Amino acid sequence: MADDVFKALADPTRRALFERLARDGEQTVHALTDRAGVSQPAVSKHLGILKHAKLVRDRREGRETHYRAQPQALAPLIDWMSLYGAFWRERFDRLEFLLKRMDQ
Amino acid sequence: MTDPTKKSVIVEREVPHPPEKIWRALTQSSLIEEWLMKNDFQPVVGHRFNLRADWGAVDCQVLAVEPNKTLSYTWAAYGLESVVTWTLTPTSTGTHLRMEQSGFRPDQQQAYQGAKGGWQQFFANLEQVLARID
Repeated sequence: MADDVFKALADPTRRALFERLARDGEQTVHALTDRAGVSQPAVSKHLGILKHAKLVRDRREGRETHYRAQPQALAPLIDWMSLYGAFWRERFDRLEFLLKRMDQ
Repeated sequence: MTDPTKKSVIVEREVPHPPEKIWRALTQSSLIEEWLMKNDFQPVVGHRFNLRADWGAVDCQVLAVEPNKTLSYTWAAYGLESVVTWTLTPTSTGTHLRMEQSGFRPDQQQAYQGAKGGWQQFFANLEQVLARID
């Protein structure tokens, strides 16, 4: 689940879409496309990935699909502990690599 | 010493190098840059410095310096107020190196909820970190 959220937000276009929905509230695919700078199929595809990660919800109304942000889906990725754990383990690897290269 | 309502990240490792050498890597600015981040670190208690990466900066202040034994500094970034403490213990084969980052509060995520505070830059660099989680 956290993995889906990370991957969904690793893309700048999807981050921008999510931020707009989080900031401005529910919007149609058309409205999002007007300001996204990419085609409507591309926007729909990005929204599909955000939806899969449960970062957005959609609702049909007539011929329009409305999307809104689900900021609570951010919770799993706000796990500082695991994030920093991974960060420091990777830095330890780099430190060891550096120590090997340093002279005594 | 430790606030029970706060949590720590601890990473420990046996390193086949003497404490003196590791100390240099932990305290010389140009060496720190090679394994951690760009910085203006000085091993002086009270010294304020930044660690800089392309996703942003960490604000730090040196709290304790005991050459070849312990180094401690504050670590503030994106709403996280924490303390990083390095402990070096000599062993027969080198050094037991321990890093503890303490001060994670259960409510720490509140700083993130506003979708402000630059979290997006942080995530921009996250994919790399994530690749190493599993």
